[in-house]
Amino acid sequence: MTKAYGQVVANDAIDLTVGRNSIHAILGENGAGKSTLMKLIYGVESPDAGEVLWDGQPVTLSSPAEARRLGIGMVFQHFSLFETLSVVENISLIVPGKKADLAARIRALGQDFGLDVDPFADVHSLSVGERQRVEIIRCLMTEPKLLILDEPTSVLPPQAVGLLFDTLRRLRDRGVSILFISHKLDEIQSLCDHATILRGGRVTGNVDPRQHDAHDLARMMIGRDMPPPLHADPLPVGDIRLELSALDHQPDDPFALGLSGVNLRLHAGEILGIAGISGNGQGELARLISGETRLSPARRDDIRLMGRGVAHLDPAARRALGFAFVPEERLGRGAVPEMSLADNSLLTAHPLGLLKRGLIDRRAEATFTAACIRDFDVRTSGPEAEAGALSGGNLQKFIMGREILLKPQVLFVAQPTWGVDIGAATAIRQRLVQMRNEGVAVLVISEELEELFEICDRIQVLHKGHLSPSLDARTTKAEEIGRWMIGAAGVPA
Amino acid sequence: MSRMIPHLVRRDRASLRMAVLAPLLALAAAIFVNLLVFLAMGKNPAAVFYALLLEPFLGWSSFSEVLLKTGPLLLIAQGLAIGFRAKVFNIGAEGQFILGAIFASAIPVYFPQATGQWIWPAMLLMGALGGALWAVVPAFWRVKLNANEILVTLMMSLIAAQVLNYLLLGPWKDPMGFNFPQSVMFQYDAMIPILLAGTRVNVSLLLALFSVLVAWVYMQRSFGGYQFLVGGLAPKAAAYAGFSESRAIWLSLLIGGFAAGLAGAAEVAGPIGQLQRGISTGYGYAAIIVAYLGGLHPLGILASSLLMAALYIGGDNAMVSADLPIAAVRVFQGSLLVFYLAAITFVRFRLVWPQHKAGAA
Ligand SMILES: Nc1ncnc2c1ncn2[C@@H]1O[C@H](COP(=O)(O)OP(=O)(O)OP(=O)(O)O)[C@@H](O)[C@H]1O
Ligand SMILES: [Mg+2]
Repeated sequence: MTKAYGQVVANDAIDLTVGRNSIHAILGENGAGKSTLMKLIYGVESPDAGEVLWDGQPVTLSSPAEARRLGIGMVFQHFSLFETLSVVENISLIVPGKKADLAARIRALGQDFGLDVDPFADVHSLSVGERQRVEIIRCLMTEPKLLILDEPTSVLPPQAVGLLFDTLRRLRDRGVSILFISHKLDEIQSLCDHATILRGGRVTGNVDPRQHDAHDLARMMIGRDMPPPLHADPLPVGDIRLELSALDHQPDDPFALGLSGVNLRLHAGEILGIAGISGNGQGELARLISGETRLSPARRDDIRLMGRGVAHLDPAARRALGFAFVPEERLGRGAVPEMSLADNSLLTAHPLGLLKRGLIDRRAEATFTAACIRDFDVRTSGPEAEAGALSGGNLQKFIMGREILLKPQVLFVAQPTWGVDIGAATAIRQRLVQMRNEGVAVLVISEELEELFEICDRIQVLHKGHLSPSLDARTTKAEEIGRWMIGAAGVPA
Repeated sequence: MSRMIPHLVRRDRASLRMAVLAPLLALAAAIFVNLLVFLAMGKNPAAVFYALLLEPFLGWSSFSEVLLKTGPLLLIAQGLAIGFRAKVFNIGAEGQFILGAIFASAIPVYFPQATGQWIWPAMLLMGALGGALWAVVPAFWRVKLNANEILVTLMMSLIAAQVLNYLLLGPWKDPMGFNFPQSVMFQYDAMIPILLAGTRVNVSLLLALFSVLVAWVYMQRSFGGYQFLVGGLAPKAAAYAGFSESRAIWLSLLIGGFAAGLAGAAEVAGPIGQLQRGISTGYGYAAIIVAYLGGLHPLGILASSLLMAALYIGGDNAMVSADLPIAAVRVFQGSLLVFYLAAITFVRFRLVWPQHKAGAA
C-alpha cells in the first residue's frame, strides 16, 4: 500500500499480512505512518497504489461503513464521538437496536471487560479515558473479525489495561484478528505474537516481539540506540510558585465529579506529579489551575500563583504571570486543527514579540515556529503544515515545545508523553527535568506511574476529587500509590 | 462490494483553487438551473440573461446605478463576514440598517433649517451608532442569557420595521406630504456630496471601499482578527489561550450593527433623501448572501457585492424588458447561495469516482 500526502509519503509500498487468531503489533516512531496505514485498512483514506485482500479476495475499501460491513472495526487515536450526545446515542449511530437494549449491552460489555461507563452520560462530561472506553465498547458491539486499535492504552489506567488485554486475548481465541498500535514496548511484548516495524513509511522488520527485549525493539524502531533515562537528583527547592488551599469546586454539570479540599504546593525547582486514574477530577483540576474554569473574585486566594491570588483570573492573565500549560487534548484545545503550525504558535506565544502594534509579524511567527520544530524534533513539512495533519505524537511535541519556549516560571503538563514514541518521550522527560534544574516549577498530571517515578520529586494522588497528601517519589513504593489510587489508603474513601 | 457512486474524501489541506472557483461554479450552476426555470415560464432565456447579467454593465448610467447599490451591500457584508467567521450569526442587518436610517434622519427631521457641511457626516455617525445600538440587545442576551443570536437579531429586524412604520405614520410624518408615510425631504446639507458627476454615486462609496481595507487588515493581519478566527474554529482552544468569548460576540454584533447602520444612514442621506418605508430593498438579507459568496474574505466580498448589485439592477431591467416577475430574481439570488454552499464543500473535500477494479468482491 502506498499513500502520499502532498510531498510526504506516509506509507511507501507497505506489505502487511495479518493472520487469524493473531494479535499483530504495528511499531514505529511518531510519524512513521502507523495511523495512515490503519486508515487505509479501515477505508478512511484511499491508497494511491496497492490493494487489500480480505480472506484472500481483493476488496475495495472506500468507506468505513464498507469496512464495517466486512467485519473491520477501528478505535481511533483521536476520538470520533459527538460531544452533545449521550454514550448510548453515540453508539446507536453505528449499532442498530433499541436504546434500552443497547444500554443493557453496554453495561454487560463494560462489566465483562472492565470498561465501566454510564450509558446515559453525555459524552462532553466524560474524561479522555472514559471516552476511549466508549470507543472500544462501540467497536466491540459491531462484533468485528478484524479489530484495529490505534494507541488504545495511552489513556487507560493500569488496571483497565490488564482487563483490556484479557478482553483482546479472549477475542483472539474466538478467531478475531487484532491490529494493535502502541508506543509501550512492554505491552507489545506481553500481548502480541507478531510485530511489523515501520520507519519513515517503510517496513523495516517483521519480528516476534516475545523473542526480543525492549531495547532491541526500540533500536529497530528508531534506527539507533536509545538515550539513557535521566534520573532526577533531589535539589534544594525554592519559593512557592503555585498553591491550592482547601480548594472545593463543583462543576456546572451536576453529574460531573467535583473537587473537595484540594491542597497543593508547588515550589521552584521541583517536579510534582499528580497520579490517579483519569476521571477522578483531573480534567476539572487542570481547568481550575489553567484558568479555563474561574472562581469568583471573593475566592481568589484559593489558587495562588507567583504569590498572587489568581482563582478569578482568565488564562491569559495567568500566563502573563509566567504560567504555561499543555492540556491533555491536543487537537481543538492545545491547537487549532485547521490552522497552520505558524498560526498555532501565535495561540500562546504571541507575547514573545510575534506582534507589532497589534498586527501579526509573519516573519517573527515563522522564525519562532521553525525554532520550535527544530528544537523539539517535530517531524513535519514545515511551519505552514496544518496542525491537524501532524501525527499525534508530533503535534504533542510541537505543543510541548511551544509552551517550553515561553520560558515559564510554572509549567503545567497533562499527560506529557501520551502518544509520543519512546525516543521522543525520553527527550520530553529529560527536558522537563532540565526545566526543573533551571528553577522552573513543574506540575505533571500523568496516568503512567513509571513516568512519574522517573521524573518527579513528589507525588500526590487524585481519587474521587480528593488529593492525597504529598508523598516522596524517591522513597514511596508503587503499592502505596496504588492504594491511594483506589481510595484504600488514608482518609478519603 | 465496490460502490458505484462517487464519494467525498477529505483533502490534506484546504484548496485555494477551489475556494476561488466555488463562486464561479455556483454562478454557472445558478444560470443553468434558472435557465430551465425561465424556459418553463415561457420566457426567452437569452433575453432574460441579457437583461439580468449583461445590461447592468453596458453603459455608464446603468453601471453607475450598479455602483450605487454596491455601496450598502459591500459595507453591510464586510461587517457581517467578520462575525460569521467567528460563528456569530447576525442575520438582523436589515433591522440595524433601518435603525441607522432612523438615527441619521433625526437630524434633518428635527433641524430642517440647519445648514453647514457638518450635517451629513454627523448623520453618518448617528446612523452607525444607531445600528450598533440595535445590535447591543442580541449581544447582551447572547452573552448574559445565552439566547440564540440568530433568533434575536431576526426578531429585532421585525421590531425595527414597526418602529419605522410608527415614526412615518405618526410623529415624523411630513405634514405637507399628502398623508404619505414618509418624512420631509432633507435639506441640501443633509445630502452626501456626489462623487461621480452626472450620477447618483456619492462619497459613501469611498467609505465602503475603505471598509474593504479595514476588514482586510483586521481579519488577515491583526491579532484581534486572529482571536476571532480561533474562537470560531475551536472555541476550546480560544478558552485555553484566554481569548474572551464574550468579547468576540460583542465585537461581532457591534461591528455588524455599526456597518449596517452606516449603510442605512448613507441611503437616506444619499439616493433617497428622506426617510420612507422603502429605504431598504432587502439589503440586510442580500448582504448575507454577498458575505458567503465572497468566501467571507474582504476581497471576495468586493467582487460578490458587485455581482449582487448587478443582479438588483438587472432584475429591474428584466422586469421591464423581459417581463420577469421580481420573485424570479429572488429565486436567482437564493439559488446562487445554495449552489455556493454546495460548491464550498469541495474546498476541504474532493470527489473520488469509483474505480473499477477487476475482481472486486
Ligand atoms: N491529512 C494529512 N495531511 C498531510 N500529512 C499527513 C496527514 N496525515 C498524516 N500526515 C503525515 O503522514 C506521516 C505519517 O503520519 P501518521 O499519522 O500515519 O503517523 P503515526 O505513525 O501514526 O505517528 P504517531 O505515533 O505520532 O501517531 C506524518 O509525517 C504526517 O505528518
Ligand atoms: Mg498515529
